[in-house]
Amino acid sequence: MALNRREMIWISSGTVVWTALGSIPSFASKASDLINELTSGAKLGEGLIDLIAPEIAENGNAVPLDVSAEGAEQIMLFGEGNPEPIIATYNFGPLSPSRGVSTRVRLAQTQDVIALAKMGDSSWQIARTTVKVTIGGCGG
Amino acid sequence: MISRRDFLQVSMAATAIVGASGFGNWCRLAAQQSLSQDQLVQFDTFGNVSLIHITDIHGQLNPIYFREPSVNIGVGDNRGAVPHITGADFRKAYGIADGSSSHYALTSGDFSALAQGYGRVGGLDNVATVIKAIRADRPEAILLDGGDTWHGSYTCLKTAGQDMVNVMNVLKPDAMTFHWEFTLGSDRVNEIVRNLPFAALGQNIFDAEWDEPSDLFPPYKMFERGGTKIAVIGQAFPYLPIANPGWMFSEYSFGIRDENMAAMVQEVRLAGAECVVVLSHNGFDVDKKMASLVPGIDVILSGHTHDALPEPGLINETIIVPSGSNGKFVSRVDLDIRNGRMMGYRTKLIPIFSDVIDSDKDVAALISEQRAPYATEMSEVIGQTDGLLYRRGNFNGTWDDLICDALLSERDAEIALSPGVRWGPSLIPGQDITREDIFGVTSMTYGQAYRSEMSGKLLHEILEDVADNIFNPNPYYQQGGDMVRTGGLGYSIDLTQSQGARISDLTLLKTGERIDPDKSYMVAGWASIMEGTEGPQIWDIVENHIRKLGTVRVLENNSIKVFGA
Repeated sequence: MALNRREMIWISSGTVVWTALGSIPSFASKASDLINELTSGAKLGEGLIDLIAPEIAENGNAVPLDVSAEGAEQIMLFGEGNPEPIIATYNFGPLSPSRGVSTRVRLAQTQDVIALAKMGDSSWQIARTTVKVTIGGCGG
Repeated sequence: MISRRDFLQVSMAATAIVGASGFGNWCRLAAQQSLSQDQLVQFDTFGNVSLIHITDIHGQLNPIYFREPSVNIGVGDNRGAVPHITGADFRKAYGIADGSSSHYALTSGDFSALAQGYGRVGGLDNVATVIKAIRADRPEAILLDGGDTWHGSYTCLKTAGQDMVNVMNVLKPDAMTFHWEFTLGSDRVNEIVRNLPFAALGQNIFDAEWDEPSDLFPPYKMFERGGTKIAVIGQAFPYLPIANPGWMFSEYSFGIRDENMAAMVQEVRLAGAECVVVLSHNGFDVDKKMASLVPGIDVILSGHTHDALPEPGLINETIIVPSGSNGKFVSRVDLDIRNGRMMGYRTKLIPIFSDVIDSDKDVAALISEQRAPYATEMSEVIGQTDGLLYRRGNFNGTWDDLICDALLSERDAEIALSPGVRWGPSLIPGQDITREDIFGVTSMTYGQAYRSEMSGKLLHEILEDVADNIFNPNPYYQQGGDMVRTGGLGYSIDLTQSQGARISDLTLLKTGERIDPDKSYMVAGWASIMEGTEGPQIWDIVENHIRKLGTVRVLENNSIKVFGA
């Protein structure tokens, strides 16, 4: 039963990865509370935001996100399952050539990523997509 | 008046029936025990473009036995849909006679008995003969390899894929896409790909650092055949760094990237493509979903999930052709392309019955040459099996039961875990088990068998996580493959539940006690995707175990209870 140092390292790193998974996102209310607060309960339209994220993250510590919304003045990103749900806020001025960004974010576990956009006419748009963070390891 | 769109629909439906009867022919003839090579390759040439598809060969240069699954459950919209029907249900759906050659080739029942009669399948020398016959009929046919080619055998592991490269190059594919190839490590993959005499495609193979398309793997290639422009777009396995060790090819990123696929379809159409073919390693259900989301694809040649279907799937105006695995089948797809549209198609899934098809002598000699340096060590007989050893099935296979037993006894563990891969030939009762046979179900570049303590809670989480990779109702969240195999551990699974609630009743089989979430258990397993995993190679463990057993007794495995199937 004696473990050598290397095996021990493997086990401990494996345990860290695994324990981060499997639990059900429990921060959903925190994100929606924030969004409610920001929009003062205004109606949230859908369909004008392009939010592109991988279905399954290759690395939960650096998940590429691509978000754009033509005519947006501000785009905010939220991770519903992160301890602190707000990820970023992007402001666009009249001279911004495009109303979109590409970035990478850290996702603690399988969760919905939400993009909220304040449009030029002060209306709000929302989009969401699920990103799975998994242990994987058994491909065909 | 019939509209253009209606016309396409009608003509596609009509040719689909022709395709089905093409299949029915060899089925009936086989029942008359008069199977011949001419009948296997017989095809009423159709339209103006021919594609030849082979995929998931997994290093199998020589003929083998390969039993299709008896358990292959579909979830969500795919519940009860092909390929998620098996055995007698499958035969009924396609009108396949019991005991016919198509029963043997496509389904699992009575496998051992039928294998005695119909013999081995596959062998790239036999595949070469079939490809030659198609090219004799349609010289400009496009040959496409769906990947999982440079992996899966003793010689393939020892030569780091060179044996397969050498033989496939002689078959002259026009393009290829990838999955297990990347487990050779990116240095080796890059080295081979730089010298490939055909296109290495993957619209979803990106540079990981900048998330930009990689230079070495172009998204598509344009072909001109008989005055028709055909674009072939590659789609590598989307979940490579998740299902396999990402550290071995860390500069690459994958993913489904269907928005980029849509952009590529548009790009090739604008560049004049009259026909758009996707050479895919997505797996069948993912391909179905992609076809429903990305417009403008005429044909998806489908690999990864190893499904073999005698008729293509049809989603809107896209046909999806899955061509099996391990060299067992070649698909011929004839298309009628007119005015930039697919007006009809005819397909045939050709089973490579090695006793029926004449071996191509040149390719056979080349295969022998690849194998010669390893012939003695590969052919050593380690033991015998008294029953059928197979792998395919959602929850277990007898090969995996044997591998788990080997891990339990050779590594002094209470619980064994073995990956739910779908490759690996079968052995029929009474066969010798050679070292090559063991490598056929274990060989990989990360075969180290770990041994570590895990809590009951962690074991439960692992099972839940893997189950969601297979049974998530949304195909885009599935990775293909099957459930992780367990030795010494029983459980129940409810497929109607979602992640976290599918698995229950975890039982330590040795004592019959329930697994305690807070207790530690000694677990042995292999194929960890973690860098730095240490331990003996799994093939050595299995070899030692079989040597001690002498004859492997294959027993029924009742340790997993499935609900909601």
